[in-house]
Amino acid sequence: MTKATVGVLALQGDFREHAAILEECGARVVRVRLPEDLDGLQGLVVPGGESTTMSKLLTSSVLVEPLLEAIEHGLACLTTCAGTILAAREIRDGIPDQVSLDILDIVVRRNAYGRQLQSAEVSLEIPAVGTAPVPVAFIRAPSIEEVGAGVEVLASYQEQAAAVRQGAHIGLTFHPELTGDTRLHRLFLSAL
Amino acid sequence: MSQNGHVETGTSRVKRGLAEMLKGGVIMDVVTPDQAEIAQEAGAVAVMALERVPADIRAQGGVARMSDPKLVKAIMGAVSIPVMAKCRIGHFVEAQILEALGIDYIDESEVLTPADEENHVDKWQFKVPFVCGARNLGEALRRIAEGAAMIRTKGEAGTGDVVEAVRHMRAVSQGIRRLQSLREDELASAAKELGASLELVREVSHQGKLPVVNFSAGGIATPADAALMMQLGCDGNFVGSGIFKSGDPLRRAKAIVQATTYFDKPEILAEVSEDLGEPMVGISTSSLRPEELLAVRGI
Repeated sequence: MTKATVGVLALQGDFREHAAILEECGARVVRVRLPEDLDGLQGLVVPGGESTTMSKLLTSSVLVEPLLEAIEHGLACLTTCAGTILAAREIRDGIPDQVSLDILDIVVRRNAYGRQLQSAEVSLEIPAVGTAPVPVAFIRAPSIEEVGAGVEVLASYQEQAAAVRQGAHIGLTFHPELTGDTRLHRLFLSAL
Repeated sequence: MSQNGHVETGTSRVKRGLAEMLKGGVIMDVVTPDQAEIAQEAGAVAVMALERVPADIRAQGGVARMSDPKLVKAIMGAVSIPVMAKCRIGHFVEAQILEALGIDYIDESEVLTPADEENHVDKWQFKVPFVCGARNLGEALRRIAEGAAMIRTKGEAGTGDVVEAVRHMRAVSQGIRRLQSLREDELASAAKELGASLELVREVSHQGKLPVVNFSAGGIATPADAALMMQLGCDGNFVGSGIFKSGDPLRRAKAIVQATTYFDKPEILAEVSEDLGEPMVGISTSSLRPEELLAVRGI
């Protein structure tokens, strides 16, 4: 198998952690900050960070149009936390003009579990990656309040969807990249 | 869906994890809800809620304390990005109050008047994460040993002079590189010299980096300053007086956010640095008397 080339959106957030895991899984990693960085990618990770900041930087860097075009041509996305907020069809409790890429047919609510004091480490059951629970961190996490018909729920937390798959796209409201478990990244790479 | 196992809040991983999410971003000092909204609009990853920016604390003097909870709450209500607030060094009750308010991060800060000249807050006792200032690797590791989940260089707050932030960032990086070059049997002596725990010294020597995120702070006033600190290896920037003491805060704040993301792209830095209006006036740190230096507090 040839190495997949995967971009990590590197405007702001924990893109280094994602890059390290992707490299560990055997992918070639490109950091994406400008439209030309999207050339030749098979996958793109939209990392955790501050969704409002990433939204502003996506707009000012003129990345939104080229990104949507690449997705139309088959670019698959793995999104975590803030990345999943950006990827949603609808954002609740967002800021005015927050970018909604509408990659995933889901409705998300920002900071749904509360502030930092409610951030938690959780062992999450995700049957799609095996029987052993995945250690993850929810950090000022969003929740997925609604999912469209074509969206498969891979995991739930506090009775709401926390991991979803739609075609080759995977959206997570938590951070597998902080705990070093590579299974969700491998699941994403296996579909590229 | 099956039941999930173990759920735990307030762990080191979630405390350090929030700082990981702030990386590559700018944390801005604000003194009113309106300023907080401007900061959010400009793309700040978080705001620091306080009553006076460091430049005013410096100019007005007196004892600088934790902000009025009413102000902190108003700022928390005005924005949806994380909100931080400062407590005095060693003032664990101010920290308890801020935690009770539900603040996202506490800065145990030398910018406020220290409450304890010997001891810092025992930060392990809190669920809320703390960021602390450091001038060098030894200070950084002492704060981490006390439970800090994030470090920032102290710089010299409220001056608009980046020289001390540069000195401190270089000192931390040089300290790390030195530890990496040492043999295993030399680490105990290095730990003694640094005044830091051997366990942390070993970790830094093996990993080649601090175990927590390291931002820069104290004197950053322009997009070029922000990019300079990023090129020197910091993970992100705190900007205090530099934004709201300038002529056009929104424009400058946006430019500093862009400069922090595109820190290694001089063409973009040139573009965002253009026509920003008056920067904060600033004070050269070399003109300060020793008793006016904030960075020597709480070492």
